[in-house]
Amino acid sequence: MRWLERFRMAVLMLFRRRAETERLSAELQFHLQQQISENLASGMNQDEARLAALRSFGNPALLRDQARSEWSWSWLEKFMRDVRYGARTLRRTPGFTAIAVLVMALGIGATASMFTIVNAVLLKPLPFHDPDRLVMVYEHFRVAPANAGGFNYNSVSAADFRDWRQQTHSFQDMAAWRWFGFNLTGEHAELPEVVTAGGGSWNLFSVLGVPMALGRSFTPQEDQPDADHVAILSWSLFQRRFHGNPSVLGRQIRLNANPYTVVGVLPHWFTYPDPSVQVWVPYASTFTPDMYSAHDFHQSQVIARLRPGSAPAAAVKPVSALQYRLHQANLSAPVAEDAVTRPLMQDVVMNVKTPLIVLLCAVFCMLLIGCLNVSNLLVARGAARRKEVAVRGALGGGRSALILELMTESLLLCLAGAGCGLLLSLLATKWLANHLPDLPRANAIHVDGTVLVFSLGIALLAALLAGLLPAIASTGKDVLTALQDSSRSVGGSASRASLRKILLSTEIALTVILLVSAGLLFKSFLRLRTADLGCVTDHVLTMKYGLPKTQYDTPAKIIAFHQSLLERVRRLPGVHSAALVSTVPGEKAVNDLVFNIPSRPSSSFQLQNDTLTYTAGPDYFRTMQIPLLRGRVFTDQERLTRYHYIVVSKKFADQFFSNTNPIGEEIKIVWSGTLENYRIIGVVGDTLWDVTQPVKPAVYFPILSGVVTQTSNATLVVRTAGDPLALSVPIQKQFAMLDPSLPVSGVLTMQQIVSKSTSSQSFNATLVLAFAGLSLLLAAIGLYGVLSYLVTQRVREIGIRIALGAQRSQVLGLVLLDVLRPVLIGLLVGLAGGAAAGMLIRSILYGTSPADPLVFAVIIASLLLTAIAACVVPAISASRIEPVQALRSE
Amino acid sequence: MGKPSDLVQGTLDLLILKTISLEPKHGWAIAKRIQQISNEALQVQQGSLYPALHRLEQQGWIRAKWREAESGRAAKFYSLTAAGRSQLERELENWNRLSTAINLVVESGL
Repeated sequence: MRWLERFRMAVLMLFRRRAETERLSAELQFHLQQQISENLASGMNQDEARLAALRSFGNPALLRDQARSEWSWSWLEKFMRDVRYGARTLRRTPGFTAIAVLVMALGIGATASMFTIVNAVLLKPLPFHDPDRLVMVYEHFRVAPANAGGFNYNSVSAADFRDWRQQTHSFQDMAAWRWFGFNLTGEHAELPEVVTAGGGSWNLFSVLGVPMALGRSFTPQEDQPDADHVAILSWSLFQRRFHGNPSVLGRQIRLNANPYTVVGVLPHWFTYPDPSVQVWVPYASTFTPDMYSAHDFHQSQVIARLRPGSAPAAAVKPVSALQYRLHQANLSAPVAEDAVTRPLMQDVVMNVKTPLIVLLCAVFCMLLIGCLNVSNLLVARGAARRKEVAVRGALGGGRSALILELMTESLLLCLAGAGCGLLLSLLATKWLANHLPDLPRANAIHVDGTVLVFSLGIALLAALLAGLLPAIASTGKDVLTALQDSSRSVGGSASRASLRKILLSTEIALTVILLVSAGLLFKSFLRLRTADLGCVTDHVLTMKYGLPKTQYDTPAKIIAFHQSLLERVRRLPGVHSAALVSTVPGEKAVNDLVFNIPSRPSSSFQLQNDTLTYTAGPDYFRTMQIPLLRGRVFTDQERLTRYHYIVVSKKFADQFFSNTNPIGEEIKIVWSGTLENYRIIGVVGDTLWDVTQPVKPAVYFPILSGVVTQTSNATLVVRTAGDPLALSVPIQKQFAMLDPSLPVSGVLTMQQIVSKSTSSQSFNATLVLAFAGLSLLLAAIGLYGVLSYLVTQRVREIGIRIALGAQRSQVLGLVLLDVLRPVLIGLLVGLAGGAAAGMLIRSILYGTSPADPLVFAVIIASLLLTAIAACVVPAISASRIEPVQALRSE
Repeated sequence: MGKPSDLVQGTLDLLILKTISLEPKHGWAIAKRIQQISNEALQVQQGSLYPALHRLEQQGWIRAKWREAESGRAAKFYSLTAAGRSQLERELENWNRLSTAINLVVESGL
């Protein structure tokens, strides 16, 4: 019952406050009247009785306040009063308020945007059933170098996956998928297109716990090499190509000219592994029977679901033991020794985690700098209001009440900033999510309750950070000194000046850390952009096509198409030269194979005998201007069955034939299905397969062999006299004339390929640079503010110095020295911090040392220049002080 | 030496609750009653009385009603709520325990 009573009182006090106040007065009045009556009764006259009663009663206003302070909501009342005062004082200085709110809006808005993205990408669980129990299982080669995850995680071969699934039972279930691609052609005259596809084992969607939006998933019978063709559509393909018509279920679509029956449609939110996957087919159907039973052909990703309560390390043990037996049984082939796991979530976000965290740290840094700036401005205001605060203190204002009131001001600033910042971030988040390259789970990004709560928390934290120090500093105990303190005292308050200097040093240190990180990222991006691919990148157009194997089933047919295409393209005006290759440099998607050198036999396979493999036509090297270093390149003679010739890269020759002439040597490798010898006929210059990675050994096989598995997918490279993109339509017309059902994809210039592969570096570097630039601007404003403050504080002192004969240049030096000291301290601390930050982001730097001297030099110079620029105006005005005026000034 | 009105910390609540436990009273009457019963030893100042009354009311121990007083004026009469009654018992128990303990110490033959 008591809570009911309390609730009744709370409501009463909240809504009937005015009436209650009147009643309180009436109650006290009644008490006073009783006292007067008593006094009258004891024989005093009217006036005496009244005066005596008032005397014993004390100060009625104070009494009323004391009783009122016991009421509930009195904190709210006080708070509202503080808010009114705060708003009033802020309105009186619109310039200061606008700057402070703007600074906070930028800081909080940027932080909220980055947090929205980090929350959606890194923190929210994957949209699968019980996602914490999903792990990826990889093969692990004990001697292989570590890849991106810091450990060797190797794709799994189909036969390994099948053995794991059949012979071990420590996981609840295991599923596999691989990247695949199709030419999708219409039944009626729709345009052909190239679609990215996934080959998923029949249980993939049930292991993930993803229900179909329409229809059903694959059955075990459909996931067999010789089963009828079936397909599952992604929601986007279903909408785009089939207009969301459910009657597509059971109908046939043509993939690589083969009919596939549509059995299901995935839900719209399913974008694993990537939104580019448009269609899924059964895992087994993406393999030839040889590859399906090969242990040494690695291409699959394996997802396993842990049994409830079991740990990944324990669950993978039997799999790892089985893998070791498989390794022992295939000593001559690249079959890994172990199996390892990695949480699915970690696997999905691996490539974006570090850049996102760097960006988040950068915006936090910027927010902190903004807070320090506002704090600095508030200290200056505190100085101006010193007398007011002192008077209020003298009149009985408690220190904590004064601090609370000053804090309310910074809270108002931060809340206004957070409001504007959230509006900014609504726009910015959308833009960022669309422009951050290679962002997984981008569809999950939107502002939600978590983000709002986070922003509010950030705003409160910022208010505390920005407001507490100035509030404490300006309500110090020296009330008496402040009251006595006439403006005639020399030197002003040294302690407040030193507080501002400390704030300034911190601000500059943080700015320098941001600048160093931004500088390193930007330099590494420039390094990437100017990286030498090893071939010409100007005026080169590339486009990809894949000849369907049902139609182009013999080497002769494939070669015929390739050659007639090249002849047609070469005849086009503006074409310098044209050639074919499997993949161009910088495109990342390259196969690698292991090989043996017969002249140096070894009993087991050697993992380090690993090489990238390309398939190239005779004119490729000339077209791309890859220099021939030794021997010769392909001619029209290396065609059809006479294909056992290879051209190797310089790195290959150096690594495997370091002291000998490689020309005429042979290697043993499985390229066209069986282990065969290939003779080296030439050595060419190195090219980069990935701009961000070091050079790897490479081998080129002749494309005119027409080997169906290796040469039906090709990239046409065309070097042009003028703008390469102007030729894209004429060239595509040649394709259509040769085979109207053949789609062309990836129509890009070499420069576009390079900038695509460096887009995320470019974006990150630009963004961090923008944050750092803003921070530098904020630091400059802070610097200017502190210096102007110091100069006004010392006007009289400077006046006296000048009156006593000090040179104006001396005064200038004095003032500059005073303010440059905190700048230098901040700079030193910031450089140390920047070096530490550089070490932390080392993993996303390319060809740039964390202690790059150029970056550091540029930053030191730009910061000092900014500092001097910010100092010039106040310092010059200090040196122009007229002594007479200064001495008179109040 | 403190003034006779000095009250042991926290006992004012107990005195108020006890005073109005028999019948509702207004502030003036509560102060008078305490003064009377204690033979003028306990003087409750207005500055402590009214904040205490309002605090007890906010906490739901007592409840106020406006009624006509003996003098004919309207006055605010305070009475115990059910929760206030059990609170009074708790406070009494506490007080007894405390005063017995203090007595034991000060009257021991150390």
